Amino acid sequence: MLNVRDVTCARGGMPVLSGVSFAVPAGHALILRGPNGIGKTTLLRTLAGLQPAISGEVTYPEDQGAYASHADGIKTALTVTENLTFWAEVHGTKLPDTIFDTFDLADLRDRMAGTLSAGQKRRLGLARLGVIGRKVLFLDEPTVSLDGFSVRLFADWLQNTHLAAGGVAVIATHVDLGITARVLELEPFKAAPDAGGGPDEAFL
Amino acid sequence: MIALLLRDLRLAVRAGGGFGLGLAFFLIVVVLVPFGVGPDQALLSRVAPGILWVAALLAALLSLDRIFALDFEDGSLTLLATSPLPLEGVAWMKALAHWITTGLPLTVAAPPLGFLLSLAPEAYLYVFVSLLIGTPALSVIGTFGAALTVGLRRGGLLLSLLVLPLYIPTLIFGAEAVRRGADGLDPFAALLLLGGITAGTFVLLPIATAAVLRINLR
Repeated sequence: MLNVRDVTCARGGMPVLSGVSFAVPAGHALILRGPNGIGKTTLLRTLAGLQPAISGEVTYPEDQGAYASHADGIKTALTVTENLTFWAEVHGTKLPDTIFDTFDLADLRDRMAGTLSAGQKRRLGLARLGVIGRKVLFLDEPTVSLDGFSVRLFADWLQNTHLAAGGVAVIATHVDLGITARVLELEPFKAAPDAGGGPDEAFL
Repeated sequence: MIALLLRDLRLAVRAGGGFGLGLAFFLIVVVLVPFGVGPDQALLSRVAPGILWVAALLAALLSLDRIFALDFEDGSLTLLATSPLPLEGVAWMKALAHWITTGLPLTVAAPPLGFLLSLAPEAYLYVFVSLLIGTPALSVIGTFGAALTVGLRRGGLLLSLLVLPLYIPTLIFGAEAVRRGADGLDPFAALLLLGGITAGTFVLLPIATAAVLRINLR
């Protein structure tokens, strides 16, 4: 479902990864591993279409990609339900009733998001993924500030709901999620230090 | 897209949203000017159209940097960029939300405040109409400026420097329409030009805003 061929991506005009190729069939997940600064976030942003790849090709069904990063996009002056409803409306989907139980947010429904703890906010941010109905997820450190129980909640959702329904996920993470997934080490794809930078289109 | 507009309006009204900030600023400036200029009614009524328009301009400027900065900080902007909404539509809705929370209250408040500046009776209608036609352009141009400076720390000052020159045509024709109205002349040429500027910015600038956002989000 997701095909990545020979992608070179850059951060701040400097290539960080080159020649990255992989394919993820429907219903499977891929975990990206590598030391800090190797370019996991850059690769995920490139895959999600937030920045162009210097070369190579990324293909997945149009309008099916979703990106989730450290910043959850939560509005502190809105309630939990309002936050999720907003993203559902933006994506033209309906808010599934089960979503609150899946991410253990049932008791927090009407709380202002600003009063949530870091872990609760993270759960709310992840619940957005269950609301928008996108098939191809690009997740950047999804379990930051989650406790063990919440990590399992999220892993369960990913495995039993998202992947089971034929979705795809590419996850950059340092913790063991406990889901069956291929692991891709990024170290071998590190771009040579003298590799030419791509043109910085912003200034052309 | 309506969801985005409603969310922005809701956020503006709730705590920390800054709704009414521009209006309060406008009110203060217009109330202070007669103290500074003195009680000369003839002089006040001469400068009233200009004062009202300049004050409206500065009041609109006040809340511009919030348009994208808050969404950028909490990551919403990135998520909106990967959502089905076109960024052009996002820019349009942001401008519209800014106008409803800033431009529209200014437009409604200006005629009563004109009384404090002993505005000529014939000009009240034109103050309202010119602001109604002109303030949307202020919001759209401001949204473009906000997109240019999104992600910059303390981008507010730079934003003012970028945006104020672009406000000049709107200011000239807006104040001119009111002045001609006050003098009993035909203000329609100025109003038409004002409308032309607004229409042009509404069609063209969201495209530029979206392009700038794409670059800034990289």
